[in-house]
Amino acid sequence: MKIIVCVKRVPETEARIRIADDRKGIDPAGLKYIVSPYDEYALEAGLRLKEAAGQGEVVALTLGDAAAAEQLRSALAVGADRAVLLKGAAGMDGLATARALAAELKDAGADLILFGMKAVDDDQQQVGPMVAELLGLPCITVAAEIEVKDGQVVCHREIEGGYEVVEAPLPAVVTVTKGKHEPRYPSLKGIMAAKKKPLEEKEAQAGGERVRVLELSYPPERPPGRIVGEGAEAVPELVRLLREEAKVL
Amino acid sequence: MKNILAVTEQREGALRRVSHEVVSAARGLADALGAEVHALVVGPAGIGDSAAELGRWGADRVRVVEHEAFGLYNPDGYAQAVAAAAKDGGYFAVLFPASAMGKDLAPRVAAKLDAPLATDATALAIQDGDLVVTRPVYAGKAFARVALDGEPRLVSLRPNVFRPAENSRAGTVERLDVALDPAAWRVRVREVVAAAAERPDVSEAAVVVSGGRGMRGPEHWGLLEALCEAIGPRCSLGASRAVVDAGWRPHSEQVGQTGKTVSPQLYIAVGISGAIQHLAGMRTAGTIVAINKDPEAPIFKVADYGIVGDAFEIVPRLTDEIRRLRSEE
Repeated sequence: MKIIVCVKRVPETEARIRIADDRKGIDPAGLKYIVSPYDEYALEAGLRLKEAAGQGEVVALTLGDAAAAEQLRSALAVGADRAVLLKGAAGMDGLATARALAAELKDAGADLILFGMKAVDDDQQQVGPMVAELLGLPCITVAAEIEVKDGQVVCHREIEGGYEVVEAPLPAVVTVTKGKHEPRYPSLKGIMAAKKKPLEEKEAQAGGERVRVLELSYPPERPPGRIVGEGAEAVPELVRLLREEAKVL
Repeated sequence: MKNILAVTEQREGALRRVSHEVVSAARGLADALGAEVHALVVGPAGIGDSAAELGRWGADRVRVVEHEAFGLYNPDGYAQAVAAAAKDGGYFAVLFPASAMGKDLAPRVAAKLDAPLATDATALAIQDGDLVVTRPVYAGKAFARVALDGEPRLVSLRPNVFRPAENSRAGTVERLDVALDPAAWRVRVREVVAAAAERPDVSEAAVVVSGGRGMRGPEHWGLLEALCEAIGPRCSLGASRAVVDAGWRPHSEQVGQTGKTVSPQLYIAVGISGAIQHLAGMRTAGTIVAINKDPEAPIFKVADYGIVGDAFEIVPRLTDEIRRLRSEE
């Protein structure tokens, strides 16, 4: 079984974001970058499916600048067999990103293409199903559990207040959420082996961005709050404020 | 003038609250443009009968696509239906709810229409005749204002942010006859399994009671459940990343950058210190209450009201006070 996992290089989630001087993006200075957490779950899902099948290949694919090779090495270190870096910009327009990825995936012969259910930078949550549409493949999003059997993929898809049991024939695209996909840590051996695994670099098919960022801004400051008091004795006053001032009870 | 299409959502034949939010937001845009709102209802046979109520929220027309296979969400079929309706109407913009359904559906429709999509918007404006969408990025650590170059402009709206407003219009119902091709539907929803609790998802709840490491262990969540119960049926439980990582609570309850971003009217953070990625996910809440032992906890910086002290004394007292209030009402 051939599984391709699409990953994205994003700033670490505990990082504070500084908006760049032109206000069109963020200032990367001093930021640490990671594999987007949901993409780690997707990678973990891919590795487990390969292990369950007893054979196959897991390929990590990214669209990004040269620095994204670092994230591909992380993917190789936890067990991906090889990696492909499409050099180009992944902007806010998911459809532009999806077109670049679809051009690479079209003839790649994957049985399963996995994505994290969203990247935690732009939070657009759209590239996976767009790639599926462009390739004419079925797509299941936000899968907490994934099983492959008899040429079908069956997933538990998270929805409000529960989940759907969804199935589709292979080849298919699945976007992955945490579920039980707690990512493995790379072993020292894995990190050493990753340096020798193939990492291919190619130019991505160019742009066509139609989601145009006008400006980034910081969230509005919340008006200063107050400490109502200490301990359980403060509760009646809190309830009064919630009723009479905030009017939310 | 080109009109606005508002894509609604039903489950088991009943329109969900997000549908009213999307139609109301569409009404705002249409008024700014001098255009009409067309609500689109996709569902099982007979769904059209309940669709006229959308006039109350500002729909001039209600377009209905019925199919026997549309009782459950059907990604391929719905995408075909919505793309066909969007093409047929030549719209300025198509709005979706950024619910589980809308987040799955909108990208498929965008790819079919070759149209730009901005997801999870928290504000919409018409400036110089063009649509400007505000959406959180980095889970709310920053906001982006974006323009969409292409027609129709596709936007999904974060639940709970756009309040439904009554604004009565005709709501004329018409059956839309679109070409559907069930042979091409390959994704099949076999069943919907509801969680035991009959509570809204944390992303759609009006009130969220959220617990962190200060709760000391999963065995103490009964305290937060009792508080939630006292507050009422539109209250749900949330959790910090620390307690989800520790396996105390399911990931579906996690609030923050690697969980859900929420905008309830009231957010009660209990024993949550307020890591930056958590604050990003809940800072658009209407009112924030923090209960924490540590007066220096960052959560107090965003809270409107704070109580410093032991959650195990404060929460039961709060539950009692709210119960008393409810019984007096």
